[in-house]
Order: sequence, then C-alpha cells, then structure tokens
Amino acid sequence: MSDAFRDRIDIALTVNGEPVEARVPAGRHLVDFLRLDLGLTGSHAGCEHGVCGACTVKVDGEAVRGCLMLAAQADGAEVWTLEGLTQSGVIRDLQDAFVARNALQCGYCTPGMLTSIEELLNRGGVPERAEIREHLSGNYCRCTGYEAIVDAVESVARARAEKGAA
Amino acid sequence: MKALAGGYAQARDLRHALDLLGQADGMGRVLAGGQSLIAAMNMRLTSGDLLVDISRIAELRGVALDGGWLRIGALTRHAEIGRDALIARHAPLLTRAVGHIAHSAIRNRGTIGGSLAHADPAAEFPACVLALEAVLHLDGPDGRRDVAAEDFFLGVFETAIEEGEILTGISVPVAQDGERHVLREAARRSGDYALAGLCLLRRTAGHRLAAFGVGPCPILARGAMEKLDHGDIDGAVAALSGEIDPPGDTQASAAYRRHLAGVLLRRALSDLEGEQS
Ligand SMILES: Cc1cc2nc3c(=O)[nH]c(=O)nc-3n(C[C@H](O)[C@H](O)[C@H](O)COP(=O)(O)OP(=O)(O)OC[C@H]3O[C@@H](n4cnc5c(N)ncnc54)[C@H](O)[C@@H]3O)c2cc1C
Repeated sequence: MSDAFRDRIDIALTVNGEPVEARVPAGRHLVDFLRLDLGLTGSHAGCEHGVCGACTVKVDGEAVRGCLMLAAQADGAEVWTLEGLTQSGVIRDLQDAFVARNALQCGYCTPGMLTSIEELLNRGGVPERAEIREHLSGNYCRCTGYEAIVDAVESVARARAEKGAA
Repeated sequence: MKALAGGYAQARDLRHALDLLGQADGMGRVLAGGQSLIAAMNMRLTSGDLLVDISRIAELRGVALDGGWLRIGALTRHAEIGRDALIARHAPLLTRAVGHIAHSAIRNRGTIGGSLAHADPAAEFPACVLALEAVLHLDGPDGRRDVAAEDFFLGVFETAIEEGEILTGISVPVAQDGERHVLREAARRSGDYALAGLCLLRRTAGHRLAAFGVGPCPILARGAMEKLDHGDIDGAVAALSGEIDPPGDTQASAAYRRHLAGVLLRRALSDLEGEQS
C-alpha cells in the first residue's frame, strides 16, 4: 500500500465547543467516534446505513448522518451533539414541548429527532404540518406515531415566531 | 457491522486526487458525500478500499453559467442544487428532483457527482441528466474527456468512468424559453428510492422522456417521445411500457412497476398542462 494512505488518521476538531484531538481508524464513523472514544452516548448508532436517523448530529451548522461520515472527515469540523445542544440551552423550549406533548416514549430516536428539528426551526417561520413531516421523514420513531412530535414542533415554531414578532 | 477501510487520504485538489488514485493500485475508491459509499462500507458490501476523500476540493463544487450551458461541479451537494437560483431558472428539473432524493440530512452531504457515479437504477439525477442531454466531464490518467449522458450509464451501478478517473462535473444545456420540466415518481415512503419515476421535458424541438427504477439504468423512451410529439398519449403510454424493463422484487412486482410508469406518464402530462395555464 502506498504510504499516502493511512489506516489511522490524526484529527483535530471541536465537539460541543471544546477542542478535541484524536487518532482514529480509517473506517470509524463519526457516531462511533463520539460514543466510544468521547463517551458522548447521546447520539445513537441505529441502522448504520442512513435510514433511521437516530445518529443525526450537527456538523458545520448542518444536520448530517453521523453513521455516513467518517471521523477522519471531521478533521477541522465543528460538531454538536445532543449533549452540547442541551447544555447550551438552544433547544430548551423544544425539549420542554417534547415532554409536555408526550413526543417521546422510549427515547431512542429523540436525540436525532431533536437535532433534525433544530435545523428546521432555525430556518424561521411556522412550517406547515406537511413540511414538518417531510423534514422528519428521515427520522424513524417506533413509539409515538409522530403526531405528538409534529404537535411539539408546530407549537415551538409558533411560540418562537410570536416571540420574534413581539 | 462496522466498516473496514484499507486506508484513507484527503485530496487537496483534483491533481492530488488523481495521483492518489494512481498510487492505489486498483484499490482506490473515491469518497465524495459518502451517503452511498459509507453505507455500503458499514454493511461490508465493500471493504479494504483505499479511500480518496475528494469532498473538500473546492474547485469541484458550485454552479456557474457558461454561455448556453450550466456547469455544475461534481461535489455540489443535493441541498445546494435544491436551493440554487441558476439551477431553478435554467434546469428546474434538477431542483424538482432534489425534493425526492432521500432526506434532509442526507441531502446536506450527498453530491450530484456521487449520485451519477453511483448510478443506482432508481436514482433521480441519472434520469434527469439523460432527459436534459447533459454532458459529463471526466478527468483521469489519460487526460480529460467528455461523455454524453446517453453513453454514460451502462448498467446497474455501472458507468463509463474508467479505473483512475474522476467525474469532475456536468454541463446542462440551459432551458429555452417556454421549455417545461416535470418529474413524477412513486415511492412507498417519502425519501425512499422510487419504485418507478419519470422525467418529462417539453421543448420546442419535442419531448424528452427518461424513466428510472424500471430498468438496469435510466431509460430514454424514444418511442414514447415520438408519440408525445404527435399528441398521442395512449400511444405514448403503450410505447413506454414496451421500452422499459422493470425489475420485480420485494418492493413491487415488475407488472406493478410497468403499470405505475403509465400512470406516472399521464400524471406528468397533466402537470405539464397545469404548468402552462
Ligand atoms: C437512506 C438513504 C436514502 C437515499 N435515497 C435516495 C433517493 O431516493 N434517490 C437517490 O438518488 N439517492 C438516494 N440516496 C443516495 C444519495 O443520493 C447519495 O448521496 C448518492 O447516491 C451518492 O452521492 P455521494 O456524494 O454521497 O457519493 P459517495 O457515497 O461518496 O460515492 C458513491 C459512489 O460513487 C463514487 N464516486 C463519488 N463521487 C465520484 C466522482 N466525483 N468521480 C468518480 N466516482 C465518484 C464513489 O467511489 C462510490 O463508488 C439515499 C441514501 C440513503 C442513505
């Protein structure tokens, strides 16, 4: 093998605002890196082929599949996981709405769900229910039947829009 | 299961990427958005690849207008295509396709070049570029070459890209005044690959119709196009049915997909009429 290719890669990135340096195996995906190497178990490794959405994390401002990005590719990136989003308080209202509306039961999908919703809410405005459903089409929930989740998103979008207008 | 990569290297620019592929001795594998490749690696459908990560090569990303052509870099992401004003104006078919491709988080990383190189028979972009008569640009050890969309897709996951070559971008002829583009597909859940789908264009010169999910690669339905040019809708539906070769699998039988293709053609035509009024 040509020595241009490495089977362990040195990376430096920020995770939830903190600088992190690590050496990762070439094939390790971002969610395993976050969970196994950094102990950030908020993001879940579900289907590991991009279908279920439980691994959704924020990379350089966008929601992405943590299982479909290599840790090696996160060199220089700014990564936010549910732990960081929770601590920073940016989705406090959304998390409260999830509890108030029973938008979670087992909680497995919730971190990915919240991360995807954060992206939608950041666009501003009050999305139609169909648009909320469409945006969440890549996040599977096997408990709630989605109705309560859509309710929660809608109520937070309304509240934020009113607050912005006031 | 977990991915097993043979190695990883991040390419600084196109030259570097081609050099890396050259050094990989046949084991090289281009990594773009990773939205198909890393899924396949996680499932161990492929392992031991020497990954050449091209995802940060800025020169391969973006959209520009160049005379009568829209030039789209291979690394332009689905989400970027979906919100690009030049594309909405000059190749609205691509804008429409994006809403059908996977889900938001996947569209944030997946690239149009990756989608074309991957050549899933049910993918939207391959059929779009076929309908649009786009030209695909390749660069490789023997230099650059252009391949017409019609000559690019060879079979299931098979394209004209040779060992050591990289798809750098595509050129799409800009839509003429009055040209109409519609895309229709049927999928069981939003974001799934289509059971069957159609890209339909109406140009002054005539119709263009490309079908996806109904054969080993996207199909240009010439017989149906001719019937449409003569205003013969029933004839076009019948012709289309003869031109496609749909697979039967756990998602849908071949007969059902064939039926869907006809239904979708009628719907696409009524979309065209609706657009004009
Ligand atoms: C859950 C899920 C649902 C999806 N649904 C759809 C859908 O409905 N429709 C659809 O079209 N797609 C769908 N996709 C696939 C998605 O669109 C991918 O982004 C796309 O197929 C591959 O693009 P990529 O940039 O991610 O390529 P990668 O995954 O990085 O690469 C894919 C293949 O192409 C090769 N390659 C990539 N770029 C180049 C290049 N520039 N030159 C040469 N070779 C290259 C790679 O070596 C690899 O073999 C889905 C994916 C997932 C995970």
